[in-house]
Amino acid sequence: MTPRRSPDVPWHRWERRLRVLVLAAVPVCAASVMHGQVLFERIARSAEEPQNWLTYSGGLMGQRFSRLAAVTPTNVKNLELQWVFQSRSLEKFEATPLVVNGTMYTVQPPNDVVALDASTGRVFWVYQYAPSPLARPCCGRVNRGLAILGDSLFMATIDGHVIALDAKNGGLVWNAVLAKPEAGYSFTVAPLVINDVVIVGVAGAEYGVRGFLSALDARTGQERWRFFTIAGEGDPGRTSWAGDSWKTGGGSVWVTGSYDADLNLTYWGIGNPGPDWNGDERQGDNLYTDSVVALDARTGALKWYFQFTPHDVFDYDSVQVPVLADITWRGRPRKVLLLANRNGFFYVLDRTTGEFLLGKPFVKTTWTTGLDEKGRPMKVLELGADGTLAFPGVQGGTNWFSPSYSPGTGLFYIPSWVDTYATFTKRPVEYREGQRFTGALPAMSVRLLTPGPLVNRRLPEEGHGAIQAFDPETGDKKWEFAMTDVTDSGVLTTASGLLFSGGREGYFFALDARTGALLWKASLGGQVSNGPITYAVGGRQFVAVVGGNALFSYALRQ
Amino acid sequence: MMTRTARKLCGTAVVALLLVHSGRTLPAQEPPSRYTPFDVESGRNLYQGNCSFCHGPEGDGVPGVNFAGGRFRRGSTDDQLLRTVLGGIPGTAMPPSSFSESQAGTIVAYLRSLAQSAAPSVPLGDAARGQLIVEGKGRCLTCHSVNGTGSRVGPNLTEIGATRRAVELQRSLTDPNAEIRADNRTVRVVMQDGTTLTGRLLNQDTFTLQLLDEHERLLSIEKSAARTYRVLGESPMPSYREALSGSELADVLAYLVTLKGRPK
Repeated sequence: MTPRRSPDVPWHRWERRLRVLVLAAVPVCAASVMHGQVLFERIARSAEEPQNWLTYSGGLMGQRFSRLAAVTPTNVKNLELQWVFQSRSLEKFEATPLVVNGTMYTVQPPNDVVALDASTGRVFWVYQYAPSPLARPCCGRVNRGLAILGDSLFMATIDGHVIALDAKNGGLVWNAVLAKPEAGYSFTVAPLVINDVVIVGVAGAEYGVRGFLSALDARTGQERWRFFTIAGEGDPGRTSWAGDSWKTGGGSVWVTGSYDADLNLTYWGIGNPGPDWNGDERQGDNLYTDSVVALDARTGALKWYFQFTPHDVFDYDSVQVPVLADITWRGRPRKVLLLANRNGFFYVLDRTTGEFLLGKPFVKTTWTTGLDEKGRPMKVLELGADGTLAFPGVQGGTNWFSPSYSPGTGLFYIPSWVDTYATFTKRPVEYREGQRFTGALPAMSVRLLTPGPLVNRRLPEEGHGAIQAFDPETGDKKWEFAMTDVTDSGVLTTASGLLFSGGREGYFFALDARTGALLWKASLGGQVSNGPITYAVGGRQFVAVVGGNALFSYALRQ
Repeated sequence: MMTRTARKLCGTAVVALLLVHSGRTLPAQEPPSRYTPFDVESGRNLYQGNCSFCHGPEGDGVPGVNFAGGRFRRGSTDDQLLRTVLGGIPGTAMPPSSFSESQAGTIVAYLRSLAQSAAPSVPLGDAARGQLIVEGKGRCLTCHSVNGTGSRVGPNLTEIGATRRAVELQRSLTDPNAEIRADNRTVRVVMQDGTTLTGRLLNQDTFTLQLLDEHERLLSIEKSAARTYRVLGESPMPSYREALSGSELADVLAYLVTLKGRPK
């Protein structure tokens, strides 16, 4: 759990308290370094050892917030490059690294695991994995990172496997086969460890898979439970699918979820229904696509769900990280879940019950006239054989790249695509196993992320990127840092009041988390397409991010 | 960049789109809001780079087919057109294309825009006289170039007759502000010391601008070093509506439509 800032404590005093907290934690952390093993208790209290980055989002609450505070708004201008790791792959480099006791672990696409010295970038070992040639991930042979427990690293592969590796030498511990790549199943997600299980979600909605989340025994790889994201026979949500359409309903899970230990609930965002852009054969709400689901972490039983886009025909996946925060809501403490959705709305839910508390657009939205009092979209645009223009575009108002919540500022930060749109055309589509099952890819105002330098001559009103800061209690935007091009970068915030992010233009930058003012920037010469992290080695704070096909690590000039 | 051969192949593909199936005329007016100017422009760039060598800039290069007139031989819906652009027509000269669905969708957007803007007939005069005007009285080569002669500040006209419709050229000559493509946007920067720089916008990011200025200098400018900067809504090109007579305009147009690329 991360501390909450009382609204009556001035920022500078809060910052000072945090620094004291961090310094006090150092001897404790040093002790844990001695035995090295990453027990789940450490992961559950990862905020207390901010020198490490132990999960995809830096902590189980999904906040991508760090208590490290050595780099401040005052000295951030003194950041300088310490080392670069050049990936051998030209595929999109989307992995968020883990850092454990001075060692960094990351995934070079598609599925090579690399261990390196987090202070110098020198490589300890590389585990090379050759995916089956039958693998066919829809949107790039990518991987978003690893999980760790004990001395084992866990990676889900694009050909339907989950593997465990010895973190010391990269030796294979177990290799579990979960899904058929020839049918379009693939894994791109970074797993999440909860207690003694490794949870992964499968991708492949663009091939008409039936999505699922699977919890594997961390020691053996044996499956403990499986939750199907598409409601089938025996599930009350079955009636939300016409005929047998649920069998090819999609519902990918390709971004890591979060966990509330007190409630023992794990939260995951679910992707789009299949086929993406033609809903004729799947009349109904199509549960649990485009939803967030809250599952009992021990059994996988569904506790509650909230569907953002019923019967989606726009490909508005809801896989965004469900960010957990403990905030003051209408004058009282409340455990909430924050989710900036690809459909252009920012939602606040009660994470105990799933109750809808707030939903407001954070970018231009025309696909619906708005949300009703329960958060359900009211009138929705219908697609036809002739094109239908809708905001946001098919890439959404945001997408898979991580948002951040700072308990220090109390603000929620969204990497946004502003004023982007697409023309959607309904096209007949027929299911064949292993073949694309989407309909017509819409015409977009902004291109998909592609390697290499991009030229941008768009006007701002033709679509651009931004970092936006919102007050979760009101849904009001506090500030916006506009970029000329869009962004595929996540956001990191720190206890010193900094925000780190990047964008397609190849800049890695730091903003003042309270005001959005630009404090520092570096040109990486390649598009930022992962989420920045921060860690410390020997008391020195680093900030790392991917630009293009390389991983860059910065620290203050010494 | 595609080779000329590849472009011809793609162009051939679209030719076949129009050759095989029974004739059909599109509705004269389509709902204007389906596609945005961005879609249309993206599609136009693809069409002009890949299709117009066979279909012609007017979309009437194939007998019996006229995009601008709304006459298609295959397909009435956007989806049918898109599938034809993507898949080609087996057994004809039109092979499948390598466009993404998204790219094909923008081509459909452009074809629809052509159908919505059926061109009035454009009077064409004498091309030889037109060339003299372009190189002389019109002073066109102070900004444009033809086959390597002239300035690189404005759009290259060497292939303009292969890629632009006569009605578009006429509009550019008489009303240059009517449509300014993203590739031809002009940016004006006033530096902190008051110096004004004007040029064609080549690229931009949050902090910098790249442009080719009126002296053919490649400049990269920090926005923080500028007092103001603005992408102009107007073209630097003057209108020739009054500067040239009707017959002179017809001569210039006749010359421009002959510009189909460098002689081999």
